[in-house]
Amino acid sequence: MTASLEVSRLAYAYPDGTQALFGVDLRIERGERVALLGPNGAGKTTLVMHLNGILTAGHGTVSVAGLPVAKGSMQEIRRRVGLVFQDPDDQLFMPTVREDVAFGPANLGVRGEELQQRVKDALERVGMLEAIDRPPHHLSFGQRRRVAVATVLAMEPEILVLDEPSSNLDPASRRELAEILRSLDVTVLMVTHDLPYALELCERSLILSGGVIAADGPTREILSDAGLLAAHRLELPYGFTVGRGEET
Amino acid sequence: MGAGHHHQLYRAGDTLVHRLPPQCKLAAVAAFAMAVVATPREWFAAFGTYALLLAGVVLLARIPPGFVLRRMAIEIPFVVFALAIPFVGTGERVSPLGLSLSLPGLWAAWNILAKATLGVVASIVLAATTEPRLMLLGAQRLRLPPMLVQIAMFMLRYLDVIMDEMRRMRVARESRGFTARDVRHIPVIARSAGALFIRSYERGERVHLAMLSRGYTGSMPVIQDLTASARQWLLAGTLPGAALAVLLGTALFGTGGVGA
Repeated sequence: MTASLEVSRLAYAYPDGTQALFGVDLRIERGERVALLGPNGAGKTTLVMHLNGILTAGHGTVSVAGLPVAKGSMQEIRRRVGLVFQDPDDQLFMPTVREDVAFGPANLGVRGEELQQRVKDALERVGMLEAIDRPPHHLSFGQRRRVAVATVLAMEPEILVLDEPSSNLDPASRRELAEILRSLDVTVLMVTHDLPYALELCERSLILSGGVIAADGPTREILSDAGLLAAHRLELPYGFTVGRGEET
Repeated sequence: MGAGHHHQLYRAGDTLVHRLPPQCKLAAVAAFAMAVVATPREWFAAFGTYALLLAGVVLLARIPPGFVLRRMAIEIPFVVFALAIPFVGTGERVSPLGLSLSLPGLWAAWNILAKATLGVVASIVLAATTEPRLMLLGAQRLRLPPMLVQIAMFMLRYLDVIMDEMRRMRVARESRGFTARDVRHIPVIARSAGALFIRSYERGERVHLAMLSRGYTGSMPVIQDLTASARQWLLAGTLPGAALAVLLGTALFGTGGVGA
């Protein structure tokens, strides 16, 4: 079976010469939920920008469900990779929730009744259907993040990529978002520093550090390896311990 | 979050005027304004009829006259300018109440006041009965330059976000003991404005990335198809149509006021 996402030997240097990625290899199977962990400056955002062709690889390849990211395939790649940005105010740029969720599928040529149905379905899946005709800036932060998830769900993506999904959320919104993410039947790659959130949602984790994948394994094993975490500037919150195998 | 400061011009309702598609209303107001501007200033009766026509629309849209009057405050700078003209104008002079006024100046002032007032009231009625967002969709339908329409759309969406950012910067300044009191503080305010500009610019870049990520290729997709029926166009055309009839009628069958 083709993997949802396959990245091989991806390297990238910014135009000013700063090398951010030094050969990243990773493979995510369909239906997996994977956390991408790493300290600030590890190249997480740079990697994410490669997944839908915003940045193009200096070396190596990225392919989504078998389709390589290349100039000619950009529109289809962007349908397949649903990127949820960290700040929902960057993601929600249309005057109403309805128009915002419709923006992606409309760009793909969906029109009329089918478009309206897709918008409703996507909002239903994140529990925000009642906000359909409201302007995004009248919603709470947690609600805006959920609508941001809906904007990419409406494109029926192969893989959902979330950049720091739990940042700035209050505990209740954080839990609600986790429930929504767990209920979705879609491959998820979650970029985060929030290690408990990774443990809660993702069976597998990757550590990106110094522009390469430094660790790849079950989240519980990675989080219980204090030496590994320390080596990559990752820390569990105070009072939080992860035991191998048993419940915490 | 901010509570939509830019919606103050809109007054929700469900009247015939509210329900008309925005592109019809935009076109009607533009055509009406053109008829008004094309009317020679001496045709008092024509201007009177235009005012009555507009009053009819205000009534039909159930907009309270006070609402229209308060929003007419935007015209005050023009009024001040217009009132100054008779004093500074040249040419033949008249002296009512002991004031020395220029006659061509008086005509010019009347011309500006009458036409500007009619235009402003028509715009107020348009804004009061059309949601800002629909207005832009209407502009898109009328094939106004897409770049301008998109810029206006983003302004509508991000005005509150930027205002909020500005407020946070002010709070941050004041938390560190700064309050703007006199001109010596202008450089600080100017630097804040510069920082706000950079922040907004960077946000613009992030928004653009988010748009690209969802398949944006340079033009806004049609999400809400606003079709207008022939009947709706006809209905919206009543106002400019009537104004045009007055204009042409007066031109053909004699002037409606004093000749000059």
